[in-house]
Amino acid sequence: MGRLTWERITAILLITPSALAVAVFVYGFIAFTAFTSFTKWNSLIPDFTLVGFENYAKLFANQRFQIDMRNTVGFTILFLIACLVLGFTLAFLLDQRIKGEGILRSIFLFPMAISFIVTGVVWRWLLNPGSENLGSTGVNLLFDKIGLSFLKWGWFTDPVVWHIPPESGIGQFLQQLGLSGLASPMVGVSAGVVSLVLAATWQMSGYTMAMYLAGLRGIPDELREAARVDGASELQILWHIILPLLRPITLSAVIILGHISLKIYDLVVAMTGPGIGFSTDVPAFFMWDTTFRGNHFARGSSIAMVLLIMVAVLIIPYLVWTTKTEAEL
Amino acid sequence: MTTESNRVRGTTAGTQRWQRFSIYVILIGIAILYLIPVYLLVITGMKSFAEVSQAQMWDLPSGIYFDSFTKAWLGDQKEGLRGLGMNFWNSIYLSVPATILSALLGSINGYILTKWKFRGSDVLFPLLLFGMFIPYQSILIPLVQVLSKIPWFGGSLYGTLPGLIFVHVIYGLPITTLIFRNYYAAIPNELIEASRIDGATIFSIYRYILFPLSLPGFVVVMIWQFTSVWNDFLFAVTVTGNPESQPITVGLNNLAGSYIVEWNVQMAGSLLAALPTLAVYIFLGRFFMRGLLAGSLKG
Repeated sequence: MGRLTWERITAILLITPSALAVAVFVYGFIAFTAFTSFTKWNSLIPDFTLVGFENYAKLFANQRFQIDMRNTVGFTILFLIACLVLGFTLAFLLDQRIKGEGILRSIFLFPMAISFIVTGVVWRWLLNPGSENLGSTGVNLLFDKIGLSFLKWGWFTDPVVWHIPPESGIGQFLQQLGLSGLASPMVGVSAGVVSLVLAATWQMSGYTMAMYLAGLRGIPDELREAARVDGASELQILWHIILPLLRPITLSAVIILGHISLKIYDLVVAMTGPGIGFSTDVPAFFMWDTTFRGNHFARGSSIAMVLLIMVAVLIIPYLVWTTKTEAEL
Repeated sequence: MTTESNRVRGTTAGTQRWQRFSIYVILIGIAILYLIPVYLLVITGMKSFAEVSQAQMWDLPSGIYFDSFTKAWLGDQKEGLRGLGMNFWNSIYLSVPATILSALLGSINGYILTKWKFRGSDVLFPLLLFGMFIPYQSILIPLVQVLSKIPWFGGSLYGTLPGLIFVHVIYGLPITTLIFRNYYAAIPNELIEASRIDGATIFSIYRYILFPLSLPGFVVVMIWQFTSVWNDFLFAVTVTGNPESQPITVGLNNLAGSYIVEWNVQMAGSLLAALPTLAVYIFLGRFFMRGLLAGSLKG
């Protein structure tokens, strides 16, 4: 019994440095950032005079921030749809006893190994539209070469923001409902965000593919066979058996990709920067700019806290859910 | 009766063949799309400076030239262009120690959290995990403050590679602990119990039983950690302001952000920055996959 307590204490001592480090560097630091966001510290000299929610009020009234939120929401939705659909399609096709599966799988997955900075640099050149004088470049030039010139457009250099036009039928209908705010460029997706989504999907869809593939391999063949014997078509099997069984994987993928896309920063830095009229700006970029270029530490902290809250809303229920289901096992 | 069933079988075989053919067409088509950026990266990096016109962007190089790589690596003093060579070595000096330290700490934490559970350890674990999901923007301001107050060889940790290693080890704790915890959970507790009856202590169990069994776990964790440290940009750009101590992601971003740098040099630089992690992926892909799936909590 003596040895037991000695070892129990040692066990706790062994994990204490890590636990303390996380307590200070994660929770303590978050607390400090939260505190800073309520202060006047908006210059190089720290000023911890409390101002309540002033930084947040100013932030939400700031047009750049509003555009950033629009971009984040648009990016997240498009990126999730693209990765889930593409990832599942690839996994489903690869699961059909394909020759050369290993090579194909590696090709779809390798962009995961590369940094967003490299991806950003390469895609910036790929989607660089070129100019009137010098001619098309990148993907536009490729379109020219294969006779698809009509597909050419400005990619991330195009300032267009797709949204519901207020004068259209739907726009007027929304106005009658008192929702005219939905038919404005503040609820839309910019061409720049679509370009970012293309690059990000190239990088991350292999991840969803790997997750779905692992899930598909876990579904016993007998289940499909039994359904076939009962006369179910392949489409019915897919819809009524495979997809419902993969739901936990879809949920995990949504959480993982969702929190990555809310935090996206590197790709924006390397590929587009904030863009014309902030068409590709995101809160993470705004935060860094405000804090470390502009020295507005309190305002930067408030952006960081908004980011953290968005991620926490997504992650905490997931953590509770996974640790609970694990405990039940 | 027989002819009919034959016919049915015939058509299904026909459709099946057609179906399989279209599956291959789709898969290979998408694979080609995925490889387009790599094609561009490689051919552009290998072109001679004379061939680099944007109108010939997609054309194969006339031979293999390493001029762009040389310039990306060494820089050009006349143009005031810094080469990425130094940044590349910085990334090595950063990633290797950070990876080894993270893996060791993760292994010890995983061992305690699975084989020496204590009251509160089940609460500690999710609290620890949350740390891997947070947007690091929410800790950057105090991080810079604290690093600049930790003394280090006459200066402070802020702006140094050891400072950046420290940061990566700390924020790597959640993921490395998670992977090792899942790994050790699969090792039967009976094994531990039996050796304790034989008089083994908390240290000798780790040293002689767990650690020797941990090799695959270490490979998975080290690949994961190496890739994320090598590819990190946010911590690097925040913690290292001085070009002398910047890792390659920051160096590449500076190189690519300056308009005087030819784009073939940028592409060669990108390839240099991507090479180590790509090599890891190519040679240890199997473990890379496992790390990826572990990152989604349920491995």
